[in-house]
Amino acid sequence: MRKKYNKNFLVGLYRTMMRIRICEESLVEPILRGEVKCPCHLYSGEEAIATGVCAALDESDYIFGSHRSHGHYLAKGGSMPELIAEIYGKETGCSKGRGGSMHLIAPEKGMLGAVPIVGGTISIALGAALASKIRKQKRVTVSFFGDGTTGEGVLYESLNFASLKKLPIIFACENNLYSTHLPIRECRLQNNIFKTGVPFGIPGDRVDGNNVLKVYESTKAAVEICKKGNGPVFIEFLTYRLRGHVGPDDNIHGMRTDIRPKEEIERWQKKDPIKRYERFLFKNKILVKQEVEMIRKEVEQEVNNSFAFALSSSYPKEMELTKYVFKE
Amino acid sequence: MSLKNRKLQYSLAINEAIHQMMEIDESVFLIGQGVKSPWYVGNTARGLLERFGDERVIDTPVSENAITGAAVGAAIAGMRPIVVHPRMDFMMYAMDPIINESANWHYMFGGNSTVPVVIWSIINRGGEQAAQHSQSLHTLCAHIPGLKVVMPATPYDVKGLMIAAIKDDNPVIYIDDRWLYNLEGDVPEEIYSVPIGKGIICKKGKDITLVSVSYMAIEAIKAAEYLKKEGIDVEVIDLRSVKPIDKELLFESVKKTGRLIIADCGWKTCGFAAEISAMVCENIFEYLKSPIARITLPDTPAPASFALEKVYYPKSDNIIAKIQEVLKWETK
Repeated sequence: MRKKYNKNFLVGLYRTMMRIRICEESLVEPILRGEVKCPCHLYSGEEAIATGVCAALDESDYIFGSHRSHGHYLAKGGSMPELIAEIYGKETGCSKGRGGSMHLIAPEKGMLGAVPIVGGTISIALGAALASKIRKQKRVTVSFFGDGTTGEGVLYESLNFASLKKLPIIFACENNLYSTHLPIRECRLQNNIFKTGVPFGIPGDRVDGNNVLKVYESTKAAVEICKKGNGPVFIEFLTYRLRGHVGPDDNIHGMRTDIRPKEEIERWQKKDPIKRYERFLFKNKILVKQEVEMIRKEVEQEVNNSFAFALSSSYPKEMELTKYVFKE
Repeated sequence: MSLKNRKLQYSLAINEAIHQMMEIDESVFLIGQGVKSPWYVGNTARGLLERFGDERVIDTPVSENAITGAAVGAAIAGMRPIVVHPRMDFMMYAMDPIINESANWHYMFGGNSTVPVVIWSIINRGGEQAAQHSQSLHTLCAHIPGLKVVMPATPYDVKGLMIAAIKDDNPVIYIDDRWLYNLEGDVPEEIYSVPIGKGIICKKGKDITLVSVSYMAIEAIKAAEYLKKEGIDVEVIDLRSVKPIDKELLFESVKKTGRLIIADCGWKTCGFAAEISAMVCENIFEYLKSPIARITLPDTPAPASFALEKVYYPKSDNIIAKIQEVLKWETK
């Protein structure tokens, strides 16, 4: 593994995961204090997926996300200050305070939008891939969605159409074992999400979503397939969210408790993608502890600056309430 | 270039608009069920596949939700798609990409993305097709912020509004009526736009304002012609756009005539006619000389039997009777 990649690349993956993690964790206190009011679905624990997938993409490739997309947005190059400002409902946010945490966009980086309707962006991503096909562009679109989305009919319609038209799209299912509060075993009988595309002629892969290099490699292979005109591809990434469905914990009726078994959470904490990758980097002598500390400090500084930017930014003007209903 | 008196059928005017726009703009494409099938979409797609190929004229599986979403997504990625639903009823499967996604998209991303998509659906009422092949659901669409809704009644407007809809940077719901497909009218050959949100006075008059859209504009003109012989001078307005509504034209006319009747092809409760009525009451109530009247479908699903269809769909006779009733009101 060490020989295949240069140090910059490997450290870059680490830095991206740290940016996502520290950014997410820095929201916990403001959420608990009630300072952040919009629903925040934290990505802690799933960083390897956004990081590995986006590392396999070019800037011109497209991604679409879901309600839990801070990580996708950051990994694709979205601005952290604009993310935090959006979460605080400020005019300087990436969606000018009209979207909040669940509506993130960075079109210049190919992050074309995240929305919280489960499965809502699957067909939108399908259309972006169709656009690339019609224009004969070598551009891949990734549709990120959760395991809960496999209950939505639009997924199957989209798989069929994508396959029929050989569209350059990667269906990236992040299986974190829960559809909001409901464990996956209560959502589907069989543990075979990665086979979802098979009846439509779409190859499927199941990947350890907490192993950033495995995520990167499977995505890279999928990108090649798509760029050769042999898409689509379906990948199931196995992972676990270390925080609740929304907010730091599952916060049922204000009780601030997580509904998931404690042992299960602890088991997954041991598989923390960042700690695992850190061990790999140490073992292969790519980073030493001091460098890790330095990266942490730099990222913390970036996060602090982002919060400072957000907190000092203005709210949207009341008189501009109806701005952006239509493109004038 | 334009032959002034060139007549063209309504369905062929749509076809010409799409041909011309696909010709001049490579980002325009047509997608949906039945674009290869005259059975579904009449003459509207004639020759498009042969001219532009199946990369830009895409017939699809029965998957309204995904296909409409794909059109929305292609628009977000910079194309100008037209997605067709050969029966408006089938479009209900696509309410998520239409209402949740396309309508909100520009707003919820603070203007950082636009959705220049035309969502075209066809009302296919009558002919004993019953409740699920006949619905006029324009009010439902017009309720949603971020959507524009147009309902052309004439071949001239069909072409001009289709072109305007394609050029518009916002999602436009373009609704036509199968009953109008054989209607002939003057259609210039060149590319022209009918502005979205602007109505038209089809016939000037001073006694009462008759507001209509889509097929009801045709019945409204018939009614006005009949009443003219009776000495009643009806002003007929075809609003053409259900959203935005041409308030200025509407208010100006009602201020002049002092009376208002609305002929809509949708249902009564919370419908388009109710909205027109409320707008007038809220803004220029003092000009009204008699109560506002509404001609709509009854609040009933469409029946199949011809015997029931006869009473279900309002015609010029219903409008005539209602106008006569309104005009009597003062003397009561």
